[in-house]
Amino acid sequence: MSQSHRLPQGGLIDRAKPVSFAFDGKRLDGYAGDTLASALVANGVKLVARSFKYHRPRGILTAGFEEPNALVELRSGARREPNVRATTAELFEGLEARSQNRWPSLAFDLMAVNQLASPAFVAGFYYKTFMWPAALWEKLYEPLIRRAAGLGRAADAADPDSYEKATAYCDVLVIGAGPAGLAAALAAGRSGARVILADDDFLMGGRLNAQRFEIDGNSSSSFASSIVAELRSLPEVTLLPRTTITGVHDGGVYGALERVSDHLATPAPHQPRQRFWRIVAKRAVLATGAIERPIPFGNNDLPGVMLAGAVSAYLNRFGAAPGKRAVVYANNDDAAKTVGDLVAAGCEVAAVIDARGDAPALHEAARACGATLVFGRTVARAYGFQEVSGVEVSGPKGDSFNVPCDLVAVSGGWSPAIQLTNHLNGRPKWDERLAAFLPGVTPPGMIVVGSANGEYGLRDAFVTGARAGAEAADSCGFSGPGFQTPRLLPEPEEAYGDGPWRPTIKRGKAFVDFQNDVTVADVELSAREGFRSVEHLKRYTTLGMATDQGKTSNVIGLALMAEITGKSIPDTGVTMNRPPYTPVAIGALGGAHRHKEFKPTRLPPSHFWAEEQGAVFVETGQWMRAAYFPRTGETDWLQIATREINTVRSKVGVYDASTLGKIDIQGPDAATLLDKVYVNAFASLGVGKARYGLMLREDGMAMDDGTTTRLGENHYYMTTTTANAAGVMRHLEFCKQWLWPELDVHMTSVTDQWAQYAIAGPRSRDVVAALVDDGFDVSNEALPYMGATELTVCGGVKARLFRLSFSGELAYELAVPARYGDAMIRAIVKAGEPFGICPYGAEALAIMRIEKGHAAGPELNGMTTGADLGMGRMMSKKKDFIGRAMAGREGLADSARPVLVGFRPVDRSARLRSGAHFLPKGAGNEAANDEGYMTSTAYSPSNGHWIGLGFLSRGSERMGEIVRAYDPVRAGDIEVEVVSPVFVDPEGARLRA
Amino acid sequence: MRIACPHCGLRGVDEFAYFGDASVTRPAADAAETAFADYVYLRDNPAGAHRELWSHALGCQSWLVVTRDTRSHAIETVEAARDVALARTSEAQS
Amino acid sequence: MSTDRYSIFSVLRESLRGHSGWKPAWRDAEPKAAYDVVIVGGGGHGLATAHYLASRYGIRNVAVVEKGWIGGGNVGRNTTIVRSNYLLPGNIPFYEHSMKLWEGLEQDLNYNAMVSQRGVVNLFHSDGQRDAYARRGNAMRLHGVDAELLDVAELKRILPMLDFDNARFPIKGALRQKRGGTVRHDAVAWGYARAADGRGVDIIQNCEVTGFRIEDGRIRGVETTRGFIGAGKVGLACAGNSSRVAQMAGLRLPIESHVLQAFVSEGIKPFIDTVCTFGAGHFYISQSDKGGLVFGGDLDGYNSYAQRGSLPTVEDVCEGGMALMPSIGRVKMLRSWGGIMDMSMDGSPIIDTTPVDGLYLNAGWCYGGFKATPASGDCFAHLIARDAPHLVATAYRLDRFARGRTIDEKGVGAQPNLH
Repeated sequence: MSQSHRLPQGGLIDRAKPVSFAFDGKRLDGYAGDTLASALVANGVKLVARSFKYHRPRGILTAGFEEPNALVELRSGARREPNVRATTAELFEGLEARSQNRWPSLAFDLMAVNQLASPAFVAGFYYKTFMWPAALWEKLYEPLIRRAAGLGRAADAADPDSYEKATAYCDVLVIGAGPAGLAAALAAGRSGARVILADDDFLMGGRLNAQRFEIDGNSSSSFASSIVAELRSLPEVTLLPRTTITGVHDGGVYGALERVSDHLATPAPHQPRQRFWRIVAKRAVLATGAIERPIPFGNNDLPGVMLAGAVSAYLNRFGAAPGKRAVVYANNDDAAKTVGDLVAAGCEVAAVIDARGDAPALHEAARACGATLVFGRTVARAYGFQEVSGVEVSGPKGDSFNVPCDLVAVSGGWSPAIQLTNHLNGRPKWDERLAAFLPGVTPPGMIVVGSANGEYGLRDAFVTGARAGAEAADSCGFSGPGFQTPRLLPEPEEAYGDGPWRPTIKRGKAFVDFQNDVTVADVELSAREGFRSVEHLKRYTTLGMATDQGKTSNVIGLALMAEITGKSIPDTGVTMNRPPYTPVAIGALGGAHRHKEFKPTRLPPSHFWAEEQGAVFVETGQWMRAAYFPRTGETDWLQIATREINTVRSKVGVYDASTLGKIDIQGPDAATLLDKVYVNAFASLGVGKARYGLMLREDGMAMDDGTTTRLGENHYYMTTTTANAAGVMRHLEFCKQWLWPELDVHMTSVTDQWAQYAIAGPRSRDVVAALVDDGFDVSNEALPYMGATELTVCGGVKARLFRLSFSGELAYELAVPARYGDAMIRAIVKAGEPFGICPYGAEALAIMRIEKGHAAGPELNGMTTGADLGMGRMMSKKKDFIGRAMAGREGLADSARPVLVGFRPVDRSARLRSGAHFLPKGAGNEAANDEGYMTSTAYSPSNGHWIGLGFLSRGSERMGEIVRAYDPVRAGDIEVEVVSPVFVDPEGARLRA
Repeated sequence: MRIACPHCGLRGVDEFAYFGDASVTRPAADAAETAFADYVYLRDNPAGAHRELWSHALGCQSWLVVTRDTRSHAIETVEAARDVALARTSEAQS
Repeated sequence: MSTDRYSIFSVLRESLRGHSGWKPAWRDAEPKAAYDVVIVGGGGHGLATAHYLASRYGIRNVAVVEKGWIGGGNVGRNTTIVRSNYLLPGNIPFYEHSMKLWEGLEQDLNYNAMVSQRGVVNLFHSDGQRDAYARRGNAMRLHGVDAELLDVAELKRILPMLDFDNARFPIKGALRQKRGGTVRHDAVAWGYARAADGRGVDIIQNCEVTGFRIEDGRIRGVETTRGFIGAGKVGLACAGNSSRVAQMAGLRLPIESHVLQAFVSEGIKPFIDTVCTFGAGHFYISQSDKGGLVFGGDLDGYNSYAQRGSLPTVEDVCEGGMALMPSIGRVKMLRSWGGIMDMSMDGSPIIDTTPVDGLYLNAGWCYGGFKATPASGDCFAHLIARDAPHLVATAYRLDRFARGRTIDEKGVGAQPNLH
């Protein structure tokens, strides 16, 4: 029968909009405005899940995000989401949900055999067993445990939905849209302050919707909607329903998760599934309400045992009856409301059981409906197969009797939802009267109001909320008319009991933490074994570690431990909370940063031209660089790079060097600064000259290298490695602003402002000459090696021309403003055509620099000194520079350190590999014989065999010696000869040509 | 955490790059090697107020001296590092 | 009758009598007037030190003093990874010694710490990274440690959920140490505590050290919130707070305290079977026996003693996660935590004597302290008992900074937040 438990009227569902859905493949109906849980309740479905460890049947315990039992898998395939709380999942047409952690079916779960072994499966049993034989742990025991553990399954494929991040700034952030939150938001909003009101529910109003109050003569839910309507009309107020504040962070930053599309089958076009907010708020009002606690008794986890407040919510808000014959079991007066709600909905209340002595509020409620009244007794157990069919009530003398029922509404008191107040390490304080933790030290700028502050009355919620909202706005410079408490019926003073924390007689398992299957007996065992502090209790029993983070169980566990050990609750410890408040999808925190958008992509000026040429690209940090330029018929990258190198070495080639860091340095003290950061001298560099420079870190290790050109008396142009561009810039600023603030010098990063092309090869001068405008002389005499000049090219384009060479050939670097970069590469290639020019990529460049023995990233690995790199003599003895003092330390000056040398295979056909270690010939394969490692290798077209660079202990004294390049991870072990690191043109004749 | 850059205003911590303790001073060029070793390696590492260097790396490139409590992350003052450094040198000279 | 020895038989026996016979795993000891050795810090390293002092070096008159509850620091706040895949000769033998102790830990302690050698896979995304990992793998092999390079085909088999097709930084292979894996972190502290207690070590909780009594350059004992405790020797094993504690003895250390965050997801059915680190972002991940994905990334990057991090780091880690394995998008992060790391100036630890006679230092563990626990305990016990460094810890000296003998695996220099 469809919706067998739907009440004939009432509730805030839209009965005009039926919605069909499926649970475990069975088609059911609900209404718009239902949650999955309320629709299941309306259909009389009680068994919805199996527990984690014992696979016990479980139902719905709550009506909110604190739900420990009713977790399901939602959607399927790539959109499959595990561990969704049925109590917060909004119903949508076609929703598919499946129960988890059962096999083969929910009703018949073979894994429930675990219950038979449950006497052994107590807290921490696994620490005591599975140790013998040792080999079986990974092979047998652990795989079994892992398969049994876990709840739902992750999706099958990459998440097809998108996520986005947003940042918002406001004066007042109001967290929670119950009565206190609505009052705070309105009081602040009416002042004109920028207000954000966030609530995790899709319908704002909190208990105004879940309970029945008369406000200004109307229902509380209609009052809530009128407040929401006014808030919506205020221009500076932003309402964020379906939004959970997930964390409080330093500096008034709040994380928030907005579920933009989870209530739809799939997100609307161009909409994300979820949006993660960083909200920066000057003030915050915490109005998160309170969370009801269960009471431990035997089989208190049977489907049909539900928190009293949840029973009220299903009845009042959703028009669905969780049962037809109820027992209400409570230790506080608040449960009287549920008794009234049950009666109003036409449900039978079989018995009202108050664990305390005679308490008038429940007394009266029970009398009003003619229910059996029981005081001072506790429920020993619930009974029933897969759902509750009655309770056994025990008295002080061990006597007991049964009450048949299909619903047990339980209230063990309330825990204010103060989790967010802990996020900056503020410890809560225990309140004896309410038997609850209240906010202690709160985060800066936060005020806690209403039930979250232990002020449970409706009038208190309105009054404290309104006051806090006005106060928060006022502190940001806004004042307004505030919010006047509406006309309410008188509220009785409510009393809250302390315990019972465990049943007086033991009948079946009494659960404290439902989701992790932690029982009263487990807490007792934990105490017996010395795990008595709250941290040990939590870790040993896993209490509070499940997906609900112990929202319904932590206080009970703590109180129980206090009772067992005879200590007070504060002496036993407090439960602290950290972000996130409720679990957050990893996708939402990742936002759009996935696939190709994981990190920004930087493109050099010639990129689109290179694409047209069919270049193959390679990631270099954030840059995409052309690796090589294949031509028809070429298949192998080495074949292509070899052709490119041969062209450069015989004719001419062009390469986009724009990714190098470029820093413009100007000012009277520019030379002084450079002398402090480079090991070698730059003040002595002539105008129009470039010089290679090496920088050290203050600890004496090489940091970066590059060429710096003096363009004018007080003007230098520095290049850095591609990888270190930002770091070097920061370093220079550090030197200028902090170490030597008296220097009059300014730096500007111009990496993106200049397109810079290397034109290399014996015909490069011809190409350059064809590009520069008339009147500029690029002859060897006018522009010798390491010379530089400013000129114009291509009819008036401002340019800088450097006579630099990384390839070892006659070469130039031509820089033009980046906006001409694309045109420039086309012009260069056109001008070079008569001379046989070809573009070359990063692979060819890397090979040519190894042929020339230039150190690059693999050598400048942060573990090498200037001396290791063969640049010891470059280090000036006449001046102080960064790293000078520390470079002299014994360990860095040790003559046995590995130094940079070249290698070639004894068998010239053999391949070299970077990462191989050097061992002396004939020595064993052991660490004691390790003499260094290979850093860079390449097949050298110019030599016709593989060559390598590497660091070898005392290498410079060992030219001609044969050592082994040992590479066991690639099964390599070959003999190599120690040679000079310069494999091509060691005299440098070509680059000076 | 948010840092009030004297030039740019309050900005999120992800715009800034951290360097470390601002209370250590680079020794004079002729100082002993051990003085440099202490400068480079030894730190008070206090639990409490800490003067430290940050760079507004994704902002104005200013180096800042931030005084921050390492137990609470509460920021007491933010000063331009160059101003602090200039005051330090003029103090040393006077 | 109570039950001492843990086994399946004792569990079954106890299950027949409602588990009423179990004894406390360790005594909650009252401090005595004096001990031969007092270890400051009841974390993994301190408890392991006590255990090895008693079991290997014959010193049983030992107290471990802990300001809170044992195991409440970093041993209970980490991502449980163990490995010995280091690059430098100063580190490899030490971490391999640790690995070997892990392999025999459960039998040594009679406590199942769930040492699970499920492998540690370090992905690489460029030729340069591949060569750097080859260098590391070869260094490991030279030290007798297992290491292998995996190609993409092999990776697709063992980690099918990685983004092989559409990644910003394509996956090109990995270095794997098969013997690496995970260990149930809390159980390590409890197992060492129980074993040390069984040999007579006093574990004194809620006992904070407030000062040291030093006379004529020699340690005489520790002042605590529970009174003075005399000691022939004192060992400091309080990483995270090393600077604060050492300062009471007049020592200034090459250490900064930094916060490292870590995260765990809701429990899900088996998803990833090994430990995996991303080479192009700040992200590493494994799955616990309970089903939670355990993951983390980089330090927040600034000095901190607050056990919490900032939101940008959380987002950075999850961005890395989504870039690496986009099918975890709908898996939810359940918990986060921040641990205080003793970040040394070269990223490597210190196990050494100090200028105070009888005062020993075990510090600077950075974020590698958990995997080091057994070897750290053994080497520190060796140093305390014999006044000479253990053979595998000879490089971990305090003077290495001044002498230029730093052990800098990442090559970033004296910048603790970058290690």
